[in-house]
Amino acid sequence: MTLLAARGLARSFGGVEAVAGVDLDVAAKGVHSLIGPNGAGKTTLTGLICGRITPDAGTIRFAGQDITRLPAPARVRLGIAYTFQITAIYPGLSVFDNLALAVQRRVPARGLAEAVQAELERVGLASRAAVRAGALSYGHQRLLELGMGLALGPRLLILDEPTQGLAADEIAAVVPLIREVGAEISVLMIEHNIEVVNALAGRVSVLVEGRVLAVGSPAEIAADPAVRAAYLG
Amino acid sequence: MSGGRASLALHLGVLALLLALGFVLPPYPHANLARVMVLAVYAMGYNLAFGYTGLLSLGHALYFAAGMYAAGLTVRFGVFPAAPAFMAGVAAGGGLALVVGVLALRTTGAAFMIVTLMVAQAGYLAILTFGRVTGGDEGFVLERAARIVGPLDLSQEGPRYAAALALFAGGLLASLALVRSRAGRVLVAMRENPERSRMLGYDPFRWRLLALGLSGAFAGAAGAGYALLFGYVGASFAAIDHSILPLLWVLLGGAGTVLGPFVGTLVMFWLVDAASGITTAPQLVVGAALVALVLFARRGLMGSLRARLVPWLP
Repeated sequence: MTLLAARGLARSFGGVEAVAGVDLDVAAKGVHSLIGPNGAGKTTLTGLICGRITPDAGTIRFAGQDITRLPAPARVRLGIAYTFQITAIYPGLSVFDNLALAVQRRVPARGLAEAVQAELERVGLASRAAVRAGALSYGHQRLLELGMGLALGPRLLILDEPTQGLAADEIAAVVPLIREVGAEISVLMIEHNIEVVNALAGRVSVLVEGRVLAVGSPAEIAADPAVRAAYLG
Repeated sequence: MSGGRASLALHLGVLALLLALGFVLPPYPHANLARVMVLAVYAMGYNLAFGYTGLLSLGHALYFAAGMYAAGLTVRFGVFPAAPAFMAGVAAGGGLALVVGVLALRTTGAAFMIVTLMVAQAGYLAILTFGRVTGGDEGFVLERAARIVGPLDLSQEGPRYAAALALFAGGLLASLALVRSRAGRVLVAMRENPERSRMLGYDPFRWRLLALGLSGAFAGAAGAGYALLFGYVGASFAAIDHSILPLLWVLLGGAGTVLGPFVGTLVMFWLVDAASGITTAPQLVVGAALVALVLFARRGLMGSLRARLVPWLP
């Protein structure tokens, strides 16, 4: 079942077509990976989907509803969560407050503390609840960023390079977490680490110069001559 | 939540101390403290927008004056008695802040400062222009008979202090409750990282507008309270320096702390008063104090206290 369907999405920045007519279908469950060389338009495409950027052309439907013109906060309320490539937490607030800001969107005041606790445990930051988020290590900040997206209780979670800058053991901890999430909801993940993509993605879209070059399973993508040509030159 | 209980005890303790001071202070500091409490409500309102939400407005005198003139004029022309006139002042301050906010919040940063400043200047000039109604430059005095609320004659020292304390207590406890609520957390989120907040589903425009509206209602309450308690309404309260004052009070006391606005207002009032006894240029002393603040305690008095000694201070 398709949760998100984009048709003919296009967006230019100063004459450069960052996204040039993209069709994309994302299923209601599973991890869908977006790969492609730098400057292929991956972040712009996810920005169009979550509403941070408005498209020049094209339509986006989410759960059957046309959301092309909806502002970002309204899309979040419909169930589209976005986590930033460059960690965007609240450095001056405690880890608890960071997560509470996401949790309180769906949980009433009475159960807030317990619900935040559950989210803290999910991303393994329970012992850090009272720490100022800015004082966390980089890896923990990435986890918090992921946790804030998850804590919204979304139907579609967009991850922009969730493993970027993480050490090998930290990646090993994040991969099962994303897999678990993907079993329940839809995950659209930009990722450069091809091992992570192979470990998680049921489906891969390859973006090159603002266009979809190929869509398929990781094995199909790996065998695709056009993809090889694009990557290897 | 021991921090929560301790902070409630602290704020109630401050209110109890102020109540006790009302019975023991000699007349001059007694009258000053009543004035400081009313002006602190103005500062607390400013703090909601600036300290918590990160909105640097340079036009809050407009909302103070809106409350002052709404209460003052309705009483002067016999539209309302004092109590409903006060409510009219709160509504005028909050309502005007919402209207200005709808326009000004399309901008951020320096542009926001300039828009709020210009709108407030327009309000100030309007008060001068319509001098036949507003009294213009000279303003007008509210008769004693117009300043009676039930059994309380607000022109008398005791009732005036009690009313000032009640207004202050309302403002302080409302600030405390707001800051500790879910909404308060969102306001701080708007200050800390608006783009992240947008992607958590919080529309920055709406939340900033809410903060500005509440802030304006506080300013309106302070303006209306000032008119009714001290019996004078004048255009100087709408002037630019009266927009800058709450910013200084909040910076001195500690932006983003509940008690900071009161502490800042009190200390500044005392500084000016003390300096006036020594020099004919008391503003010089105030300037020196602010320079010292920027150099040694950038978070303000309560903010520094929180950073160094009392981390649970709200």
